[in-house]
Amino acid sequence: MQKKDIGLATLVISVGAIVALVNPRFLSPINLANTANLIGLFGLFSIAEAFVIVTAGIELSIGSVIALLGVIFVDLIASFGVPWPIALSIVLVLSVFIGLLHGWLITRLKLQPFVVTLCGLLIYRGVARFYTKDGTAGFTFGSNFPTLEFLVSGRTAGVPHSVIAFALVAIIAWFLLHRTVFGRHLFAVGKNVEAARYSGINTNRVIIQAYVLCAFLTGISAVFFAMYTRSVQPSSHGNFYELYGIAAAVLGGFSLRGGEGSIVGVVLGVILLQVLQNLVNLLGIPSSLNFAVMGSVILAGVIADTQFSRYREARRQQIAMAALEDSAKR
Amino acid sequence: MTQESGKHISLELAGITKVYPGAIALNDIAMSIRGGEVVGLIGENGAGKSTLMKVVSGAIAPDEGCIVIDGQEVSHLTPARVNQLGIALVHQELNPFSNLDVTANVLLGREMRRGPFGFLDQAAMQERVAPILEMLGTRFGPKDAVSELSLADQQLLEIARALSINLRLLILDEPTSSLTLSETNRLLEVIKKLRADGVAVLFITHRLAEIEEVADRVVVLRDGRNAGELLKDDIDKDTMVRMMIGRDVSQFYEKSDNEPGETVLELKGLRTSAYPHQSVDLSLRAGEITCLAGLVGAGRTELARVIFGIDPIEGGTIEMSGEAIAGGSVPAAIAAGICLVPEDRKGEGLFLDFAVMENIAIPSHEALARHGFVDTETVTQLADDSRKKLQIKASGLNRAVAELSGGNQQKVVLAKWLAMNPKLIILDEPTRGIDVGAKAEVYHLMQELAGQGVAILMISSDMEEVIGISDRVAVMCRGRISGILGRTELTEENILRLAVE
Repeated sequence: MQKKDIGLATLVISVGAIVALVNPRFLSPINLANTANLIGLFGLFSIAEAFVIVTAGIELSIGSVIALLGVIFVDLIASFGVPWPIALSIVLVLSVFIGLLHGWLITRLKLQPFVVTLCGLLIYRGVARFYTKDGTAGFTFGSNFPTLEFLVSGRTAGVPHSVIAFALVAIIAWFLLHRTVFGRHLFAVGKNVEAARYSGINTNRVIIQAYVLCAFLTGISAVFFAMYTRSVQPSSHGNFYELYGIAAAVLGGFSLRGGEGSIVGVVLGVILLQVLQNLVNLLGIPSSLNFAVMGSVILAGVIADTQFSRYREARRQQIAMAALEDSAKR
Repeated sequence: MTQESGKHISLELAGITKVYPGAIALNDIAMSIRGGEVVGLIGENGAGKSTLMKVVSGAIAPDEGCIVIDGQEVSHLTPARVNQLGIALVHQELNPFSNLDVTANVLLGREMRRGPFGFLDQAAMQERVAPILEMLGTRFGPKDAVSELSLADQQLLEIARALSINLRLLILDEPTSSLTLSETNRLLEVIKKLRADGVAVLFITHRLAEIEEVADRVVVLRDGRNAGELLKDDIDKDTMVRMMIGRDVSQFYEKSDNEPGETVLELKGLRTSAYPHQSVDLSLRAGEITCLAGLVGAGRTELARVIFGIDPIEGGTIEMSGEAIAGGSVPAAIAAGICLVPEDRKGEGLFLDFAVMENIAIPSHEALARHGFVDTETVTQLADDSRKKLQIKASGLNRAVAELSGGNQQKVVLAKWLAMNPKLIILDEPTRGIDVGAKAEVYHLMQELAGQGVAILMISSDMEEVIGISDRVAVMCRGRISGILGRTELTEENILRLAVE
């Protein structure tokens, strides 16, 4: 764990402790399970976002992709009677296709990630709304899919399956980013793409892989969200989720300039954001202030981080100076 | 205009100390300079020259020491105060605003305005800049776009910028490292002219011949301390080198006597996008040091980029040990045993924020990994071996490369390729901006590699170096090879004649 992660973990625990002290209901099993469920759901695409941010890219279409793929998933099952494993496969294939498209536009046509994914945000949202004629895509009344529901929204020993999925993805992501050659290449491409090319890294391939990985995780996330809400309202489903993912990554120490960040950080970032949301609810703060609270905490966190590193720098300077004076006396 | 204007400057530094975590950059430095004097500042990389310049230009505050300017002690120099005092620094690395024209660059932050709305007064600004350019004898005018200026012209632009304030002390940090011979001479003339006008010039360079020509006095730094001073009559190259590195450099250039082996690289009718109508034929043999000489813009770097797969092949073939390699792919070139040490060390050679270890290991990860997982132990071992072998001076393998001196950074770039056991190493201006001691180490390393049967292609604009260490020189001129000189034909005149043919 890096120093930054420890600082963030301390913050998560202290915010949690304060909420628990003020309102003990925070620790009730129902509240904990609900919060954990949300952490799992939001965590999946936040990790997806992190893989793109580490390459100095950005993915703004996550919310729209969740809406579009959610609509398609529900509609395939409800209107066309497609068995859910096939519907799931189709959604995942589509998500990979979206990732490939973004990666191709960014690397081959040299478009800026911000522009490509901003257009994606608009296009996918529009297509989703057109596809359902702005109506809600939902399962027909009384239909149920016991296996799918158990897998995606069920619980084992009280633990929501979304949390288990998030934990599994986080562990795999940690190994991928921090222990594999692919991870090193992601950091290298994000830090200095020219030097990465001159070191023999196939930079275009690495960048495309990052966008595909991001879209694939977003696809999985889309299915979890569709089953969580049970009906997809395409004009609002998944709105602002990309910004939520970016916020979690930034809180977790990812730099938007690329080449920095850790999976532990983004996981803690997701937890903090959900606990804050919970805090707003439990402490009776008007829910309209929700975003304002989130924004203030992120801002405070980023300011504290820069101030701490300045302080550490100054202290190292003092120590070095003292050592020099010591050796001069001798 | 400030009260100090017109008067000759006198600057004295005493006891200047600056400490960075893990390194003492400056230790009790004393130095002085007066108007109408040209002082050369020399020292190896990491000796503290650049840090000292940053102190004088107000970019960093020293931890200890005092600065006396015009007889008054200045406790704290800031860039604004430095400007007011008439001190200007021309950086080693140029950063002009290439989206603006010459006038806007020269007067940046001091634009002239007119009218009630404060619109820019273009005419007055150009009128102000034109005589400065004339005095410098530039080939560009006030309205030219900066994006089209050569490196040398950008250097002059920076100097014009310095002259546009009420200049009393000009600090030049390695101004000639990217200039050609004639451009260098022009710059030296400008320095002499400034001296005649009573300006003090502090001149940092690795090219000792320039110091011999213009300096009235030389201040030598070594390991962050004063290593002595020489007055004009005592200035000579050997003395300066001895003071810089603290010992004699015997056999600075060594020539190998190994017989070249089999052909490693064979270029047949190779064409690059820079000169699509010129084709290059060249073969390199194992154990041979070939130098690619020529003027800046002759297409040498472009050729290297095509061989290494950065740029696509426009035509012709590249063969390594008899087998054609796919163009336009760096991984394919590396797989064939080709490595490139690029000209732009910081932009293309290194990840400055990453640890020394990570920089050395980056191309080797794939080969060393087990099932795609990084093998930390082997990687650490590799980095540690490289550090010992190349004597990289770093306080730890986990320190960021940005904290190392230029020479040591270059060694890190070399280390990352040596770990790949290349058959051909291309070095693009490998000794630019690095000190004498590190240069000697780089030359020695090249000889050692040649001895092990590696083919070496070095691109260099430093004549002395070209003649000193190559077995063979291929001279390029406007995209083609205008001639190849063997060891016995290596003279400056021969190379120059082919270069400007």
